[in-house]
Amino acid sequence: MLLIPCPWCGPRDEAEFHYGGQAHVAYPENPAALSDEEWARYLFFRDNPKGRFAERWNHTAGCRRWFNAVRNTATNEIEAGEVTA
Amino acid sequence: MRDVPEHPDWLWSSPEPKRSYDVVIVGGGGHGLATAYYLAKNHGITDVAVLERGWLAGGNMARNTTIIRSNYLWDESAGIYEHALKLWEGLEDDLGYPILFSQRGVLNLAHSLQDVRDSVRRVHANRLNGVDAEWLGPDEVKEICPIVNVSPDVRYPVLGATYQPRAGIAKHDYVAWGFARAAAAMGVHLIENCEVTGVEVADGRVQAVQTTKGRIAAGTVALAAAGHSSVVAATAGVELPVQTHPLQALVSELLEPVHPTVVMSNAVHVYVSQAHKGELVMGAGIDPYNSYRQRGAFHIIEQQMSAALELFPIFARAHVLRTWAGIVDVTPDASPVVGKTPVDGLLVNCGWGTGGFKATPGVGWCYAHTIAHGEPHPLNAPFSLERFTTGALVDEHGAAAVAH
Amino acid sequence: MTSRRMTGWQGETVRFRFDGRDYEGVRGDTLASALLANGVRAVAASPALGRPRGIYAAWTEEPNALVQVAAEPMLQATTVELRDGLAAHGLSGRGRLTDETDTARYDAVHAHCDVLVVGAGPAGLAAATVAAETGARVIIADDRPIAGGSLPDTAETVGGVPGAEWAAATLDALDGRPDIRVLRRTSVFGYYDDNYLVAVERRGEHAHSRERVWRIRARRVVLATGAHERPIAFAGNDRPGVMLAGSARAYANRHGVLPGDRAVVFTTNDSAYAAARDLAAAGVEIAAIVDTRDTTGGGTDGVEVLAGHVVTAVGGDDGVSSVAVAPSDGGAGREIEADLLLVSGGWSPLVHLFSQSGGDLRFDDGIGSFVPASARQAVEVAGAARGVFTLAGCLEDGAATGARAAEAAGFRVEGTFEIPRTPDEDPGTPPGHLWLVPAADYSTHFVDLQRDVTVADVMRATGAGLRSVEHVKRYTTAGTAHDQGKLSGVLTSAVVGHALGLPLGDLGTTTFRAPYVPVGFATLAGRHRGALHDPVRTTSLHEWHVAYGAPFENVGQWKRPWYYPRAGEDMETAVLRECGAVRKSVGAMDASTLGKIDVQGPDAAEFLDRIYTNMMSTLKVGAIRYGVMCRPDGMVFDDGTVIRLADDRFLVTTTTGNAAAVLDWMEEWLQTEWPGLRVYCTSVTEHWATVALAGPGSRDVLAGLAPGLAVDAASFPFMTWRDTEVAGLAARVCRISFSGELAYEINVNAWDGLALWEAVMETGVVTPYGTETMHVLRAEKGYPIVGQDTDGTVTPADLGMDWVVSKKKPDFIGKRSFARADTSRPDRKHLVGLLPADPGRLLPEGAHLVETSTLPEPPVPTLGHVTSSYRSAVLDSTFALALVSGGRDRMGEVLYVPLGDEQVPVTVTSHILYDPEGARRDG
Repeated sequence: MLLIPCPWCGPRDEAEFHYGGQAHVAYPENPAALSDEEWARYLFFRDNPKGRFAERWNHTAGCRRWFNAVRNTATNEIEAGEVTA
Repeated sequence: MRDVPEHPDWLWSSPEPKRSYDVVIVGGGGHGLATAYYLAKNHGITDVAVLERGWLAGGNMARNTTIIRSNYLWDESAGIYEHALKLWEGLEDDLGYPILFSQRGVLNLAHSLQDVRDSVRRVHANRLNGVDAEWLGPDEVKEICPIVNVSPDVRYPVLGATYQPRAGIAKHDYVAWGFARAAAAMGVHLIENCEVTGVEVADGRVQAVQTTKGRIAAGTVALAAAGHSSVVAATAGVELPVQTHPLQALVSELLEPVHPTVVMSNAVHVYVSQAHKGELVMGAGIDPYNSYRQRGAFHIIEQQMSAALELFPIFARAHVLRTWAGIVDVTPDASPVVGKTPVDGLLVNCGWGTGGFKATPGVGWCYAHTIAHGEPHPLNAPFSLERFTTGALVDEHGAAAVAH
Repeated sequence: MTSRRMTGWQGETVRFRFDGRDYEGVRGDTLASALLANGVRAVAASPALGRPRGIYAAWTEEPNALVQVAAEPMLQATTVELRDGLAAHGLSGRGRLTDETDTARYDAVHAHCDVLVVGAGPAGLAAATVAAETGARVIIADDRPIAGGSLPDTAETVGGVPGAEWAAATLDALDGRPDIRVLRRTSVFGYYDDNYLVAVERRGEHAHSRERVWRIRARRVVLATGAHERPIAFAGNDRPGVMLAGSARAYANRHGVLPGDRAVVFTTNDSAYAAARDLAAAGVEIAAIVDTRDTTGGGTDGVEVLAGHVVTAVGGDDGVSSVAVAPSDGGAGREIEADLLLVSGGWSPLVHLFSQSGGDLRFDDGIGSFVPASARQAVEVAGAARGVFTLAGCLEDGAATGARAAEAAGFRVEGTFEIPRTPDEDPGTPPGHLWLVPAADYSTHFVDLQRDVTVADVMRATGAGLRSVEHVKRYTTAGTAHDQGKLSGVLTSAVVGHALGLPLGDLGTTTFRAPYVPVGFATLAGRHRGALHDPVRTTSLHEWHVAYGAPFENVGQWKRPWYYPRAGEDMETAVLRECGAVRKSVGAMDASTLGKIDVQGPDAAEFLDRIYTNMMSTLKVGAIRYGVMCRPDGMVFDDGTVIRLADDRFLVTTTTGNAAAVLDWMEEWLQTEWPGLRVYCTSVTEHWATVALAGPGSRDVLAGLAPGLAVDAASFPFMTWRDTEVAGLAARVCRISFSGELAYEINVNAWDGLALWEAVMETGVVTPYGTETMHVLRAEKGYPIVGQDTDGTVTPADLGMDWVVSKKKPDFIGKRSFARADTSRPDRKHLVGLLPADPGRLLPEGAHLVETSTLPEPPVPTLGHVTSSYRSAVLDSTFALALVSGGRDRMGEVLYVPLGDEQVPVTVTSHILYDPEGARRDG
């Protein structure tokens, strides 16, 4: 049960959150202009590092806001100061 | 009397790595060892090293709940899993190792009308594919597994189940060691405590791997690194559509036989069997976030217990003796990736998610073929990386239930 | 039966049964101490070799004495508190589950604290006391019935009083303070990320909850978990009567029980001398102390000390009768008569929780054990758990650690904690380290007593080529039994080291895994059983459905009425009657479970254009449009109606099962991709009750109930909505149809739902219908149900719904994917209708389709499958919907459904089988 620092509500139990995977994967500006390979990359390929990982969380059972955090996937530690609304 | 058979007096030696091999397999788990075995046996390729960062078969092979079945929905999946099941049926003789393959059947329970439709759909699909499958009503479920609670008064009553009689369990360490011993006997080098830190590529072709025991050149590098696939592939500049998650399991104390088969439920999330020694072996849900830490969260285990008692009230006073987690590599369509990569000579076998154990001999067979011929075997051809570009996914999320 | 209880030991008598015989013990006994007091030496036969086994230890580290107590399949006799009427029997390896229903209650509590102290021994009590003084919120958890850790075992004094008394008083003093929580009989068994620890409190068979799980989030943790005495592997070390020296001392001091008459002590360290002194004082004759060290730890009055000696054999098949000893360097030995052999191989800190927390261990050569090194979480270790083995040292270390933890949690330590006085301790002789007594034959040198694993087995494993302790554990099964290798784990590593010539520190331990002690399934399930396993959601009309005898269908968490059987009707009859009523007259259904989302804001229309495949911004206020949403991969995700309430306000309906997912979906896109859009989404599913009124007679029924509403087709056209009063209730009426018939959906405040429904029923002409009839009616019209006729691999085009995919919008979610190679294939699976050649033949949903009238050998590629299949009240045949490869190009083709030995012929038709012209929707 991770303790996840919601930027709006403060630290809360992991069970209150929904995980959103890698952060900063923007919906393409103009999908029609992308090749099939580029579109597949957007649809299905996400980073999967062992170590620092910028990721998204949604405080579903709280304020329902999405935010970004940086967590180390080798230790599960969330970096202080890297949680952004 | 021992409750499980003795292992043989000799297993494998621990050679120092040579500077070069025809084939280097990265990952000494079940898949890596089976691949090495079939490379040697089916293709006569024995200049092979299996590199393992820890101890052989110490990753997911040592951590799974050992369920074996082939009752998958789609033709592509049924093909490779049924091939695996047929190999399982002869594996003990083939390896000369007592792998304790017990075809005690598996029940996949249905708890809603849509569960029932999906289950019946899978049964009919299985039959077309030559996979043994039956649809059973609640009373028939009770006959096969008397301890399942089929009362209509529970929160999500059992409306029926699919049944695959040829499914079952095996003893995971024995399986891995059987492959390891047989491969080593044919000349394959099994090298433990040898972590691959990089894959060397030049002119679009794989050259060697860098390891904690030095550089090892290779004609072909075949990844079989499960949860760590992304990390290794990234060193060759190859991205994989997988995400790594913890998956937990647990065992009870040793109990007198009470559970004769394997029961899985997707809606009331449970999968449980009773192993040969007598412990209940149970899988929990996957932890939602990416992690390489072989440790899950405890509330997942608590949810697992409440689900288990819904279906098996008799388990109330059993005890959780030990919990653990593996790290599983999950693809967007819950089907594996087995085949070529954009780098010549670099092959990948990953994305088995929660289903890798049951596929062990099947994927070993097909992956060895892919290595030997440079082209996929027909059974793993559908599981290419390209399917994510064309959209021809093999989506086992919907009707295949939890893919354990 | 001779009593082995010390004379003068007081205690209330407790009667119990063991293996069918009646015994007496005293209050405060464990089952183990009571058995020892009654002279019971062998508790059970070992599982693999059938050797008799006795009680070896005194608490959770016990490897031998497993018992079944009533329905409890496996407990350690050393941890079972004796109670009147307790009936137990010894277990040889396996416990038994019983059919007896577990009626006990279990629960769980969340707790937060500044400092959690695990263990109420000298170090833990000192730590908790100091931390409490700072004002920190402290939880101290101790797993035993009596606090004090080793103090009740050793009978040492603290502050001039017996240690157990000091511990009890100290804990009571803590218990009285407002910010301190004392958890007794509470085992902390798991240490998870972010200082989340899980404990189980054993509250007793008659407590309101039998066991309680504590989920504790602590700012800082102090582990004061003590140490375990180590066994030594020697020939015959499994005989009943072989016991850890400290455990024998505990039986004497804690329970007044003498585990034997005449003892040999076999030790590598000084602690066993103290044990020998206590046992001698209690009345056990100490025949000799066999010390592996050349320089011994002094002596005890009049007892022979054999320095530099080891035990080489144990006589007596059913229990120790003699002990053979010999000099370590060979040389002649001798045999000593004894019925008790006390063993001490030194002490190993309990590093399990520390290791679970992610902390690293290092090997300490001084004490010959693994100790905590660097921590990864906010945790410190105090006392014996980090290798401090003197009483004064533990008190001091505990106090210092408690202060450090409180300070780290943000509290100030003021004043100093006065360490209670303890007797002077002789610095003593450094411990020796001996794990196994070398021998030619290792077949009775037991490493894991419960798994019957010997040194010979371990050496067979290393001889087979194994180099990893984890492999040896698996080869031999050492460490996998009920005690999870508490005593055998490190011993196994040591024997592997011996066999391979490697230092123990290089080999390391196997991984320490939760739970530290076994925890009941029911305990962990807690209250989440039966009706509380998952919340039940019901509509405001639910009681009416129950009263009317409807069976219910689980749809997500909702209970939906499935059909309403009349007396003598089976499901098929009832559903055909309900279908007929809607097609010919009028029926009503509770549609309240459909998800409803209020979408507001200046950019709401733009937002919905991006979310839905079709255009929503062109919808006029007052009008309604059906819409489909896809995932970015182009597969259908959900469908429903969108009604425009105002320029900047829409009400969106979703499928029942997807309501939460669709709201999450909308919020995710709004927040993470389109934060510039001014749109706000709110779930209003439970605000409304919805009654669907369907059938040619529905207009008249509505007109009667809503006299103020112009209901004629021109005034109230299809796909529009009106606010009005129905049955005197404020209502919003939507003219939409999921059956093809003239139909209305009447929405009222959820509180008014039952009143509306009853008013509809009181007209006397309306037939209630359930979800099954709804499914049949929509299928006759070819309307797909997301999740039944789709499975996450189906596009709108596959469903024959090209019309719902906008060609005008530059983009919407999913659009790009329709152009991929696989999604633009002509032979994709299309939704089609099927009519069986035999009109009475109902195809099973889930059946597959093949091309040939005889079935070839497998594998046979499937053409697709039946997604929906029903009998019809209006068609002359049963019918089905199916997803069929290239289906739209197969109209009129005969395909076959393999059912058992039969190939059932069916004709492919349009998926719209009833009223394809749409003539009925205006009534």
